[in-house]
Amino acid sequence: MKFQVIIIGGGLAGLTAGLSLQKKGVSCAIISSGENALHFSSGSFSGECPEEVVPLFAEAGVVLNGDPSKDSWRLTPSGSMQKVRLAFEDVTLYPSEKVKASKVLIANPEGFIDFPTAFIADGLSQQGIPCKVKSFSLPCLKTLRESPSEMRSVGIAKKLDCRINEVAGAIHKLLDGEDLVILPQVFGLTSPEPVRALRDAVPAEISFIGNMPPSVPGIRVQMQLKKAFERAGGTFLMGDTALSTEISEGTVRFIRTKNLDSHILTADNYLLASGSFFSKGLSSTMEKIYEPLFGLDVDYPAERTQWYSENVFAPQPYMAAGVVTDADLHPMKDGKPVTNLFAAGSILAGEKNAGMALTSTFKVVKKIAL
Amino acid sequence: MTLQEMTGSAHNFEECMKCTVCTAYCPVVPVNPRYPGPKQAGPDGERLRLKDPEFFDEALKYCLNCKRCEVVCPSGVNVADIIQEARIRYSKSKPKLRDRILASTDFMGTMVRPFAPVVNGVLSLGITKSVMDGVLAVDKHRTFPKYSFEGFESWFKHNAEASQKQYKEKVAYFHGCYVNYNFPQLGKDFVKVMNAMGIGVELLDKEKCCGVAMISNGMSEAARKNALSNSASISKVAASGMRILATSSTCTFTMRDEYPELLKVDNSAWRNSLLLATRFIYEAVSSGRKKLVFRDSYKARIAYHTPCHLEKLGWGIFSTGLIKMIPGVELIPLDSNCCGIAGTYGFKKENYEASQAIGKALFDDIASAGADFVACDCETCKWQIEMSTGNKVLHPITVLAEALDLDLTAEANK
Repeated sequence: MKFQVIIIGGGLAGLTAGLSLQKKGVSCAIISSGENALHFSSGSFSGECPEEVVPLFAEAGVVLNGDPSKDSWRLTPSGSMQKVRLAFEDVTLYPSEKVKASKVLIANPEGFIDFPTAFIADGLSQQGIPCKVKSFSLPCLKTLRESPSEMRSVGIAKKLDCRINEVAGAIHKLLDGEDLVILPQVFGLTSPEPVRALRDAVPAEISFIGNMPPSVPGIRVQMQLKKAFERAGGTFLMGDTALSTEISEGTVRFIRTKNLDSHILTADNYLLASGSFFSKGLSSTMEKIYEPLFGLDVDYPAERTQWYSENVFAPQPYMAAGVVTDADLHPMKDGKPVTNLFAAGSILAGEKNAGMALTSTFKVVKKIAL
Repeated sequence: MTLQEMTGSAHNFEECMKCTVCTAYCPVVPVNPRYPGPKQAGPDGERLRLKDPEFFDEALKYCLNCKRCEVVCPSGVNVADIIQEARIRYSKSKPKLRDRILASTDFMGTMVRPFAPVVNGVLSLGITKSVMDGVLAVDKHRTFPKYSFEGFESWFKHNAEASQKQYKEKVAYFHGCYVNYNFPQLGKDFVKVMNAMGIGVELLDKEKCCGVAMISNGMSEAARKNALSNSASISKVAASGMRILATSSTCTFTMRDEYPELLKVDNSAWRNSLLLATRFIYEAVSSGRKKLVFRDSYKARIAYHTPCHLEKLGWGIFSTGLIKMIPGVELIPLDSNCCGIAGTYGFKKENYEASQAIGKALFDDIASAGADFVACDCETCKWQIEMSTGNKVLHPITVLAEALDLDLTAEANK
């Protein structure tokens, strides 16, 4: 099968590239080996973000708040404040390193252990903001608790999304003059409507703070982007894996995948957006860190003892490992650029965040769509 | 041996890093709290079962074996294989009479078909449905697929076999139980399309049910017998270089992947020779080897549903690619959702409500698509969608048979 562009990786970078290109009339296929890092999203993007992402996502129904060129702050589940640029509409952004509230209610569905309420309360009290932690329960959550291992964010969202009025009623009962309600991100799995409806129904500001994965807003955004990509005519190969390829005279000739075996995929241009270690964009042995599909040149500290810091809280040098590219984001193989291949997202060497993933993605889109 | 090689495990279960993405996409979890979910039932439970088989939980029977957990797993864990293999290995419950009846598609088809008009009438009676509901626990809301008076194999022998000799190029057709006993028309459409492409059709010496319903009803020994028999028949044909085509996505998936993974039947000699019909046709046409000529007057707005097992095969693109070749067609890809029937699962009284709740997202999507009909490569999805939405469901091969100008296509492939 032939496409204009084949994208390896269906995460933030791959989906954004695919959607953007497909909207420009460039036919794309995305090969996605299982679900991606959006499923672990905090709901916000840090690092300098390109302006183009806001209207592109809006067309797919994804509202991004914040200013791509200016820092805002969000309250994290550990109670600290984090500098970010953009955020899904679930997350409340502040212009300074301080939560805007005089009194806060932290409300948690009873039995949900993936939301660190004590950390958040502690963080708020350090900012001098009084808060109380309360749990609420609805009859529908009782059936969920029959299987304790499934009392997780997505399961709760599936129960609560169609009962927003009941949730609003339960929160209303807990309110005692608070002007901010903090809830875990367990609303809005298939559409942002439940998030909006809850905000409309509760007479206080609501901020939805990240909890342990999976990320409900992240899954929703992934589904919205994938749907927009497919409705624009894109081909999404879900659960398939790019297995092998051939590079000759500095160009990629084809991709072979696990599911399509003998049926090769070809394209004019290829985009490697396969992520870092977790997504298997990078692999390692005791001796080396390598890029498994194309065998591209990878930048990482030569000595294994330099890969990591013994202080577990310090930045780990191996996390900055990634492929080396020329100025046009063509990856290098044996010191020479591969001319019809581009790389974007966290497969690139250096600091990794959503802003950098999006910036590199749009740079590639501009090169390809020229 | 490297560290990575030393950490290999059955169905890759050691790769699980507990992210619970599988559970997030499991269609059963939100509708059945008794099901522990794929992470718990699969890799988590496997650790315990390896320690002591007593940890096996009979609630694993609620798994649909839809394989969605495997499609979404970021770490390449074959979650559903772990669950199904645990059922085969550890389950002590014996399949009930009802389950045996539902799973024995070949036996039932052979016994019942000579009396098809009577049986179809009796099966559709309210009183029969009530008795089956009460005695056998087959849900009364279900309409049994009608049995056909003349099976496909018999039709083929009497009406088509002789004329196949004129074609130099040949394929073997694995028709499956559904085409043979319930819906021979799909098989006839397949022969029509193949012949128009200048390709003759042969049947296998001996075809048995692929065994998928037996696997899901705890009859793995019987399934393995069928697998060995089919493997022998297919090997023979594959050895001569011929392709074996199937119209059912689930039969195709079962024979390619479940035979080696679950039933431990080695199919490496013929696995790549067995293809879904739509893939074979797509490849023949897109490579320029064969031509399709469509009727100008054919116009349709078609919503395409990818069945779970086709999603797992990753071959949905061939069916949609083929439909997109028809000039008068507007194709609407439906969102990826399970229809809820999962073969015999939805026929069981205890699963009826769950089955309909699982399918709701798909039914809503179909309602808003505003299509003339739904296209789909799976027979049980067809029953479920037709019963639950009132929309007609056609197999892509039937769509082709209706859209092609068969004479001009035959001319173009001479």
